[in-house]
Amino acid sequence: MINGINWKDGSFIHVDDLHKSFGSNHVLRGVTFDVFEGETLVILGASGCGKSVLLKHIIALMYPDSGRVDYRGENIFEMLAPELNEVRKNFGMVFQGAALFDSMTVGENVGLPAFEHWGTRGEELSKLVEEKLTLVGLGGIAHLRPSEISGGMKKRVALARAIALDPDVILYDEPTTGLDPIMAEQINELIRDTQKELGATSIVVTHDLHSATFIGDRVALVVDGRVEFVGTTDELMSTEHEAVRNFIARGQANRDRPEPDFTVSF
Amino acid sequence: MDFFAKLGKSALDVFRVVGRAGIVLWRAILSVRRLGRSVGLIFEQMRQFGIDSLPLVIITSVFTGAVAAVQVSYQLKEFLPKAYLGTAIFKSVVIELGPVLTALVVGGRVGASIAAELGTMRVTEQIDAMEAMAIDPHRYLVMPRLVAGLVMLPALTVIADILAIGGGFVVAGVALDVSAKVFIDGMRTMFYAGDVLGGLIKACAFGGIIALMGCTAGLQAAGGAVGVGRAATRAVVASCVLILIGDYILTTLIYGIIFP
Ligand SMILES: Nc1ncnc2c1ncn2[C@@H]1O[C@H](COP(=O)(O)OP(=O)(O)O)[C@@H](O)[C@H]1O
Ligand SMILES: [Mg+2]
Repeated sequence: MINGINWKDGSFIHVDDLHKSFGSNHVLRGVTFDVFEGETLVILGASGCGKSVLLKHIIALMYPDSGRVDYRGENIFEMLAPELNEVRKNFGMVFQGAALFDSMTVGENVGLPAFEHWGTRGEELSKLVEEKLTLVGLGGIAHLRPSEISGGMKKRVALARAIALDPDVILYDEPTTGLDPIMAEQINELIRDTQKELGATSIVVTHDLHSATFIGDRVALVVDGRVEFVGTTDELMSTEHEAVRNFIARGQANRDRPEPDFTVSF
Repeated sequence: MDFFAKLGKSALDVFRVVGRAGIVLWRAILSVRRLGRSVGLIFEQMRQFGIDSLPLVIITSVFTGAVAAVQVSYQLKEFLPKAYLGTAIFKSVVIELGPVLTALVVGGRVGASIAAELGTMRVTEQIDAMEAMAIDPHRYLVMPRLVAGLVMLPALTVIADILAIGGGFVVAGVALDVSAKVFIDGMRTMFYAGDVLGGLIKACAFGGIIALMGCTAGLQAAGGAVGVGRAATRAVVASCVLILIGDYILTTLIYGIIFP
């Protein structure tokens, strides 16, 4: 038992030998790892190594060339739309660029899943929206448009939207990338608090080592389209594994100077 | 050489959108059983498709009618009495000019705006976000636009027909010395309801084409702002080409077989 998670409970999400190419660009080259119920697993890797692609496979927004992703023992790539949608209702995803619907207000964004799937309306819906927004520290902004709020606030709203249906699993794609250090720290804390509050399983993709050790129970390091290392955050920092040492060395070199350029890759 | 390479590439582009459109159409049709829950979305799209296109349609159709009057009277001059001016204008407007010109101008405006909107949603991962929350974009985004197109283009065409005939009527009276009575009598001779109905059936199909091409190109967009621009162009080109080809096929079918 570590942090109240029983590792022996068996696999909750099992990713098995995923391969994915875009033309001649072989991005995922046999990714395999397990996610246990209730834990926060951080997937760490350099920019452009295929972390977003991997995360999109976990919720079947992309389909692999080969390999499988099992959610509670069932391969999601073999599911038909209705079954897949039932699974997706148990997931919440926070996208790299927040991906808020800009034709809607903040409140409509957060309320949309409940409006569509639970038929929540009117007063009850406003209450739910306000509750989720308060949880991410943004009470009272439901009437604003996404274009009227800052980048950090957008990420928070995206998190509020992702937890609107009380999901079992929350997926985060680079939650702190592109934010200033103070804002990044706040988001890290928010992710940890949300984790405590909801007890959901979280999978966080990031290239930020500090963020990884701060929020993660375990860390998986992706290098060259494969998971090179999986272990607890303590194991990550103490291992002699060469790929890990290299990544950490580079990460620390990078931390000394500010991120030179930030490009969102769609 | 360059020219043909470009021509080939843009033809391929159009084929790619059209091929993909079949799948998008099928998935939108499957979601029609949830029509009841999408009424609000459909009305919003009808407003954007129809009401917002009105100014453009009004200008286009009035002048189309006016030009038709001048043109027809010039061509009839030697062969037929002016009494047939109303007949010729009425028929050419309701069968051909009304539906096709309305479709082309609305296709340019609405097709591009649908593609740009959905394309932006695609490249900023809003479409992914929608799918991740188990909402099918084909139901939430495509189906309401499709229904709006099917309903609103015939509606706009009715307005365009009336205004075009009105434009022709005014020009005939003011510039061509054809009295109101003669013009209207001309319209009455050889009036077939099938002419009007056939034109509206075509308009319905064109409305579907515009919405479908806009949605398909938008959903396929990739590669940031450039990709969104390309999607808009592709939507307009594909819908114009399909409207003209579709016009030939439907005109042959409708006036050759259904209302011969
Ligand atoms: N839809 C796509 N089509 C083609 N190539 C893609 C697509 N999505 C991602 N890629 C490519 O896959 C690689 C990994 O991308 P990504 O997962 O976004 O990296 P990151 O680890 O920074 O999130 C990149 O080389 C990118 O160009
Ligand atoms: Mg990424």
